[in-house]
Amino acid sequence: MSAIDAGAIVTVNPVRSEGYWSSVGRRLVRDPVAMLALALILLIVLAAIFAPYIAPADPFRGSMVRRLRPIGTPGYPLGTDELGRDLLSRLIYGGRLSLFMGVTPVLLAFMVGSSIGIFAAYVGGWVNTVVMRVIDVFFAFPSVLLAIALSGALGAGILNSIVSLTVVFVPQIARIAESVTTQTRNRDFVEAARISGARTLTIVRVHVLGNVLGPIFVYATSLISVSMILSSGLSFLGLGVKPPEPEWGLMLNTLRTAIYSQPLVAALPGAMIFITSISFNLFSDGLRGAMEVRQ
Amino acid sequence: MSKVSVANDPRDRGGAGTPLLDVRGLVKHFGGKGGLFGRSGSVVRAVDGIDFSVAKGETLGIVGESGCGKSTTARLVMQIIKPDAGDILFDGEAVGSAALDLKAFRRQVQMVFQDSYASLNPRLTVEDTVAFGPRIHGASTAASIAKAHDLLHSVGLEPRRFAGRYPHEISGGQRQRVNIARALSLDPRLLILDEAVSALDKSVEAQVLNLLLDLKRDFGLTYMFITHDLNVVRFMSDRIMVMYLGKVVEVGPSEPIFEKPGHPYTAALLSSMPSVDPDNLTEEAPLTGDPPNPINPPSGCRFHPRCRMASTLCSHAEPELAEASPQHLAACHLVGPQSGHPRLAAA
Repeated sequence: MSAIDAGAIVTVNPVRSEGYWSSVGRRLVRDPVAMLALALILLIVLAAIFAPYIAPADPFRGSMVRRLRPIGTPGYPLGTDELGRDLLSRLIYGGRLSLFMGVTPVLLAFMVGSSIGIFAAYVGGWVNTVVMRVIDVFFAFPSVLLAIALSGALGAGILNSIVSLTVVFVPQIARIAESVTTQTRNRDFVEAARISGARTLTIVRVHVLGNVLGPIFVYATSLISVSMILSSGLSFLGLGVKPPEPEWGLMLNTLRTAIYSQPLVAALPGAMIFITSISFNLFSDGLRGAMEVRQ
Repeated sequence: MSKVSVANDPRDRGGAGTPLLDVRGLVKHFGGKGGLFGRSGSVVRAVDGIDFSVAKGETLGIVGESGCGKSTTARLVMQIIKPDAGDILFDGEAVGSAALDLKAFRRQVQMVFQDSYASLNPRLTVEDTVAFGPRIHGASTAASIAKAHDLLHSVGLEPRRFAGRYPHEISGGQRQRVNIARALSLDPRLLILDEAVSALDKSVEAQVLNLLLDLKRDFGLTYMFITHDLNVVRFMSDRIMVMYLGKVVEVGPSEPIFEKPGHPYTAALLSSMPSVDPDNLTEEAPLTGDPPNPINPPSGCRFHPRCRMASTLCSHAEPELAEASPQHLAACHLVGPQSGHPRLAAA
């Protein structure tokens, strides 16, 4: 205390401990499954971004004479589709829309759903009850059905399917956000902050968000695969992307007529959806494991 | 930071004669609201009409079994939960009045919780936790951090080693020191210690208790010390208040209560302390059974079903606090000379 008696502000530089997120990162790097999944995701994302430089052919240019060539045809390593377009190029370009439609609704729902859930839980009381009962109404519908119904009502198109998928995910994320926030707000350190006279917004910013956003984010990453599959499903049903745009779900749809003549080629878009969504799921699992070591 | 004593505290308003904290008729019942899906009827009388005061510079120890309302009382005083009835006066001013709004009150009264881990934000470093209070009350970041380091030093944690640490990296005793530093960061006058040392092991507990005595002297503090440990409360307290099922059963200076308790419950608690003297061993269990359910407390004196002195009078008339010795009050029919308890007539 004597150092302070002089009146000058003396701050020693303390030994810094490793922050929470850097320790999560360190544990995540040690998880081989999560790292493999991350590598696959990065590969697919980079391929989609740099599609014009990587794709061997124009994904829109077809030819009636070389339709449905098998895998391994010279010049067409993964064969051609029902209109004679190069399948490898279409898969690379298709990643753009498929990833976009997988990630965007989850990102939007993460923002909206966390806000609703954190608000409801922090305010508590009857506000919480009302908000969560309204959220419960959405759980009455199976998510696939809800997505199809909303897309159908709004009309086909990329934007509309993103909106409908966002609406499907908001209740799920809000539910998680509400339960995590309720747990956190009842802990003593939030009470201690309250009795120190802090305003509600300050408490939420400093003491609540840091403890709840991580778990909500992990849950949201596990929804990316669901979102990809649902958006592919919407495209398959003709409610999402329209031809001739390459998108994995739509490609699966248009190639289904070739399922007997070229089954391997017809299955490739489905394989891409599978690999991408399982990578997101495995990465999300790894993230959860790395974050759960301690609170 | 010069040493503040209770006598020359510039924030003193009422003078030495005014108690720092004066609680009158405090009541808190939980539950009972019949919601849409039941939950109706049962009311837990956690705190059922208690009066007490804490003089400036003293330590009031509050003891009692689990569920007697000690922690609820602390939370009511802290304004974490709203009382159903009763007044809380701080230095002569009602809390929430124009003269003393809630924010000003909270700057002067702080609390240390029992669970040292749950009461620290796991995502904040020790210095950020301690600096949070000054920061939100308008101090600059540098000044808040400097104050945090200063306080860490005062509670025996070398800032260079501990300021950058996270709660999970330090021991329970160190965490509780951080909690104490956090509570002191707003320069409070009254510190409520709710089972603050109960979760610590004995050697660490002793260190923290000595630290609390030093801090009380250096910062001119007044303590409300809540515990179930009678040895600790005797070591720490000037006055003691014994609670049973939401009521005050005995209150007074430490020594008379320990030497000659006025209430049979206090006497039973004291004789339940393990004796280390081989000539004076505890022979029989002084208190048996659990305290009755506060949802439906016994009629009359709430202690009568467990009391060896109970008579029919005790089961229907509730005793008032009466003077057992100077400034020492006990709520027992054996203390009031006119109560008509048969054992008084026999004596």
